[in-house]
Amino acid sequence: MSDTHAQTVAYVRETMLEQKEPPITETGAIKWLRENLFSGAVNIILTVVSIFVIVWGLGHILPWFLNSIWDAGSLTECREIRNELYGSDASSACFAVISARWHQLLFGFYPQELYWRPVLAFVLLLSALAPVLFNSLPRKLLTWSMLAPFVMYFLLWGGTIWGPLMVLAGFVLGSVAFRFGGQVNAIIAVLAAILVPVLFWLFLAGPIAGALSNLMPIGITNVESKDMGGFMLATIIGVSGITLSLPLGIILALGRQSDMFLINKMSVAFIETIRGVPLIVWLFTASLLLNYFLPRGTNFDLMLRVIIMVTLFASAYIAEVVRGGLAALPKGQYEAADALGLDYWKSMRLIVLPQALKISIPGIVNTFIGLFKDTTLVVFIGLLDPIGLSNTIRATTEWNGIYWELFVFIGLMFFIFCFSMGRYSLFLEKKLQRGHR
Amino acid sequence: MSTFPETPKDGFRLSQLIYDTRYRSLTIQVVAMILLVLFFSWLVSNTIQNLSDLGKDFYFGFLSQPAGYDINQRLIEYSSESSHGRAALVGILNTILVAFLGCVLATILGIFAGVLRLSKNWLVSRLIAVYVEGFRNVPLLLWIIAIFAIMSEAMPQPRAFREGGGASMLLGDSVAVTNRGVYIPKPVWGDNSTILVGVFILSVIGIFIFRSYARKRQEATGDILPVFWISAALFFIPSVLAYYILGRPVTLDYPELGGFNFKGGLHLRNSLIALWLALSLYTGAFIAEIVRAGILSVSKGQTEAAYALGLRPGRTMNLVILPQALRVIIPPLISQFLNLTKNSSLAIAVGYMDVRATLGGITVNQTGRELEGILLLGLFYLVLSLVISGGMNIYNNSVKLKER
Repeated sequence: MSDTHAQTVAYVRETMLEQKEPPITETGAIKWLRENLFSGAVNIILTVVSIFVIVWGLGHILPWFLNSIWDAGSLTECREIRNELYGSDASSACFAVISARWHQLLFGFYPQELYWRPVLAFVLLLSALAPVLFNSLPRKLLTWSMLAPFVMYFLLWGGTIWGPLMVLAGFVLGSVAFRFGGQVNAIIAVLAAILVPVLFWLFLAGPIAGALSNLMPIGITNVESKDMGGFMLATIIGVSGITLSLPLGIILALGRQSDMFLINKMSVAFIETIRGVPLIVWLFTASLLLNYFLPRGTNFDLMLRVIIMVTLFASAYIAEVVRGGLAALPKGQYEAADALGLDYWKSMRLIVLPQALKISIPGIVNTFIGLFKDTTLVVFIGLLDPIGLSNTIRATTEWNGIYWELFVFIGLMFFIFCFSMGRYSLFLEKKLQRGHR
Repeated sequence: MSTFPETPKDGFRLSQLIYDTRYRSLTIQVVAMILLVLFFSWLVSNTIQNLSDLGKDFYFGFLSQPAGYDINQRLIEYSSESSHGRAALVGILNTILVAFLGCVLATILGIFAGVLRLSKNWLVSRLIAVYVEGFRNVPLLLWIIAIFAIMSEAMPQPRAFREGGGASMLLGDSVAVTNRGVYIPKPVWGDNSTILVGVFILSVIGIFIFRSYARKRQEATGDILPVFWISAALFFIPSVLAYYILGRPVTLDYPELGGFNFKGGLHLRNSLIALWLALSLYTGAFIAEIVRAGILSVSKGQTEAAYALGLRPGRTMNLVILPQALRVIIPPLISQFLNLTKNSSLAIAVGYMDVRATLGGITVNQTGRELEGILLLGLFYLVLSLVISGGMNIYNNSVKLKER
């Protein structure tokens, strides 16, 4: 057999060929380039166009950025330095405006000698956020997270220490009342937990704080809200809005899912009214109309009004996101909770909400990002947020005519905040992913 | 034998209002209702008290008084002698104009960016990612102000368009981009132009009728008509024919440089351009993510199944992928349109005369009726949103998967 074969076929290889390297087009960078950039006619055109866009963009941005001038007193001085160094037709960024005015962009008109207070408050904020964001940290740190808002308030606004302490005392009284009331009856506990602190704040807190500050005047320099501005203001409004709007939004979402006719309709009306009207109109309502709606002579801080409005606004959006999560949960989960004999709040707290909130994390974080970006709108009712300050800086004689550098700086700051929030949401989603879908 | 406990015979006790789940919801609702009524009556009584203290009344008559201010961009006849109501209407139309233009451009940008971000081309998908993340993570207000600053400070002055001035008009001397705005040719509607418009509308209606006929025919017989080509023909041929038969009733008025400024043509102000571009780019980035999520939501098996049935790629896209992706895409898309419309109130940053600037701005300042003005302004946005979201709900119900 094999003989016939040998005679009919001219040549038969008798040894194995040595193993060869794969063809050069199938390995390494070239393969990657071929597959990712030049796999077809359309792809090649796209690649060429995007290379053109990148080269064009970098060609404009890079020289501008690399030639940037960081040390000058005014725009004209900047131009002179540029003419000296690079010639008059070179493009050059004048970041001197940032080095000259960074403190204003960050703190507004906060007294310069007190800058350590907002900085310390910001560090405390980070330390208080850490145990909330990452549950690998010890849970006992959450106590600090609950105390930190009062410390931060005291640091930012200053004044007597007894004010924030009295507010804190109200919360402590409330929780004590809840604990003791719980031994009698659940409903009495809830009522006591609401009534006791409210009564305390209304009638007792003021006189006690006054008496105590007369006895022991402990306090630091008071700083008015109107002196705050820049990213400090954006962070204060943003963080307070975020913290307060989440619980409110969850309650609204539960209200909208409720079987009770009136509760349901009230929640729907609230959510739709808030969502149907732009934030600017609500801010104007807060600054112009609130004086009509409140008793004569009531006049409270514009910043507080803005925080309340932003909170209500964001909570309506969060309510819609959470409602989506609640609706996406299989009905069996609700029925299982009922079958276990849990009452409404227990079933929500232990079974339904943990799952529903997990589903709605991306939407909630998107709402937070939107809220943080929307803090820039307060410029229209006269608060000095970063954009308002950039207008102020551009209106001065030294920096008249500058715009790119300020916009780049402000945009970059917002980008860092918002982008890291988005990344955190991805991290959380991945961590809470349970495999089954 | 088990013994059954006696059913309680005594009637209704007051404590049942709290402990009995049958009555508890009623109690809660009644309490909520009372609190709500109390709250609103408190607000209203405060308002009445404050208004009477200030010597004001609650009256919408100011809407018919002469406004006394000019509006630099108007779609309908308006002069400073017109009423405040008319000024509000001009503002409403301006809001709708920028919202409409923005929605169109944002949709186009968003679809392109969303599809390109899924492209296998590494460079393109990275570039689009930079665009999307850059616009999503920076406040819209900053983009509006930045684009406005570029338009009004970096663009050439009109006089630079004279001989040797260094700037030149685009698209065959028909479009001029200046620091005072963009000048484009303006259509002049001649004598028979209404007939031309009528023909055009009829041909569009014809396209819809033809499409539904083609679909019914396909479902009945399986034959597929060349829908795209016939629609395109219906779209262009009657209108072009009518245009020439009627003797070219529509002509273009080109902008021309006269003195220090352009004359003729249509003047698009910087405020409109900045607002329009910023809104479109910003919303386009969000729409890109929606489109991407929509395409990704259709599982790959659907494409493979369609190929296995022998459908060509185009048909696969039209008949299998898109109908499923659109169900995911449309609802958030509409809510993005709503967001864009509401965000158009940021016109305040560049002085575009939208409804907030006329009704909620100058009118309020001149008449001192902030309560009425802001109330009407809020009501306008609310009605607009509710109408659009109502329409969206109807659409959603029509495309919803019919589940049991």
